[in-house]
Amino acid sequence: MTDGHKIIEMEVLRYRPEQDQEPFYQSYEVPFLDDWSVLQGLQYIKDDLDSTLSFRWSCRMAICGSCGMMIDGVPSLGCRTFLRNYHPGKLRVAALEHFPIERDLVVVVDDFMNKLTQIKPYLIPKQVRRLDQGEYLQTPQQHEQYRQFSTCINCMLCYAACPQYGMNSDFTGPGILALMHRYNADSRDGGRAQRMELGHADEGVWGCTAVGYCSEVCPKDVDPAHAINQNKMGSAIDYFLRFVRPRGASK
Amino acid sequence: MSAQTDKRKPYLRPIRGWWKRDSYYIRYLAMEATSILIALYALILLFGLLRLGQGEAAFNGWLETLRSPLSVGLHSLLLLVFAYHSYSWFKVMPKTLPAIYWRGAKLPQPMITRIGVAAAVTINLLVIVVLAGMQS
Amino acid sequence: MKRSNEPVFWALFGAGGMLSALTGVALVFVTGIGVPLALLLSPELMSYPNMLAFAQHWFGKLVIFSVIALFLWHATLRILLLLHDFGIRAGPASALIGNGLALLCTLAAAYLLLALGF
Repeated sequence: MTDGHKIIEMEVLRYRPEQDQEPFYQSYEVPFLDDWSVLQGLQYIKDDLDSTLSFRWSCRMAICGSCGMMIDGVPSLGCRTFLRNYHPGKLRVAALEHFPIERDLVVVVDDFMNKLTQIKPYLIPKQVRRLDQGEYLQTPQQHEQYRQFSTCINCMLCYAACPQYGMNSDFTGPGILALMHRYNADSRDGGRAQRMELGHADEGVWGCTAVGYCSEVCPKDVDPAHAINQNKMGSAIDYFLRFVRPRGASK
Repeated sequence: MSAQTDKRKPYLRPIRGWWKRDSYYIRYLAMEATSILIALYALILLFGLLRLGQGEAAFNGWLETLRSPLSVGLHSLLLLVFAYHSYSWFKVMPKTLPAIYWRGAKLPQPMITRIGVAAAVTINLLVIVVLAGMQS
Repeated sequence: MKRSNEPVFWALFGAGGMLSALTGVALVFVTGIGVPLALLLSPELMSYPNMLAFAQHWFGKLVIFSVIALFLWHATLRILLLLHDFGIRAGPASALIGNGLALLCTLAAAYLLLALGF
């Protein structure tokens, strides 16, 4: 097994709620090949060294969003981060920051899941089309307006990056606000007013202080910072003009 | 409630000192901290305005203080701070704007920054040049 | 959900940020280095008669008021955010004091400018 393999030390943050009072780091010597991801390292640990290690994973190709974790303090996808970049030496692997740790590298994502539904992440058509009227049509330029923000894989790295969410989990957070923008910016959609009830609040776009680290760590280049902050102008204009605008024109 | 769920005890790590965790955060806070010196400059001007209202002697006193090495040194520092502010302001600005299209293509954010910084350099120079032209 | 009142402060922050980004360097140079050291600029530029005339003119009033007030409002939001980021949780009290001070200075600037007459 170790032929051609180099060795790296992986320090993994452990936490077993039934026996631990608080998390602690446990070291493992992991043999690896050049193309091994951190996820593969964790799988080696679970298969060969310590079957009690718990972590989420699925596609191992950066599309399912399951393997988000802190790797040397940076929110990263385990499947897209490579052991060779930390060798020689060691790397620290910990559960995604700003979320409660359920067990080892598994975090409680209930807050994220609940917030997901709050922003109505589905098309609320401006004009509902019957089946016989055919598809909702959209030009490539209209598609471009929101395409980038539709590539989110819900990996929550941006939540681990966002200090405002870390300090106050009432804040809706980068990923979900970017998704809100994705629908608002879709030419087929007419639900902006409904979504901006949350968007106009402190829990909405105004909870963001433009730190921008969320966009730095996003594995899909969604740029949530851009999604959120470009809505501040609109929200501010709406704030000042709301008394002179006709009812229902809230943008 | 089964025995299984009773064993759940989610652990929330403390958020204190979050900014120490990555150099990105420290750079962000340094950028925000420049605003303290922006406020200081505004207060210096406000004080000058106060002195202006108190008459010629008082105002000349304020001018005299501006000539002191301490003041010139401080303003040299302020110069750097404001220059950094101009740069960092336009670095963040593209995030606050919707995507801008130029001849069919989306304008990249670094390009918007460069345009903004160019505008800042131009306008700042213009102000100095115009005032330099006033010899009295 | 309750609408945020942040847009008021954000608009002031934005205006002050843009103004200081476009003119800050020039203003600091002129008032703090150029005129005091007679570098590129005539020291007479900021003489009492000149500055009084400028401050009495409606345009001068506008410039002086905008610079002082907007620079301060820009800084206020950022400083309050800094406090929040460092975990100094003074809550509504800090916002009240911070914005209160900015408002005080704004009113002081307006008063001083009006007191100089036209």
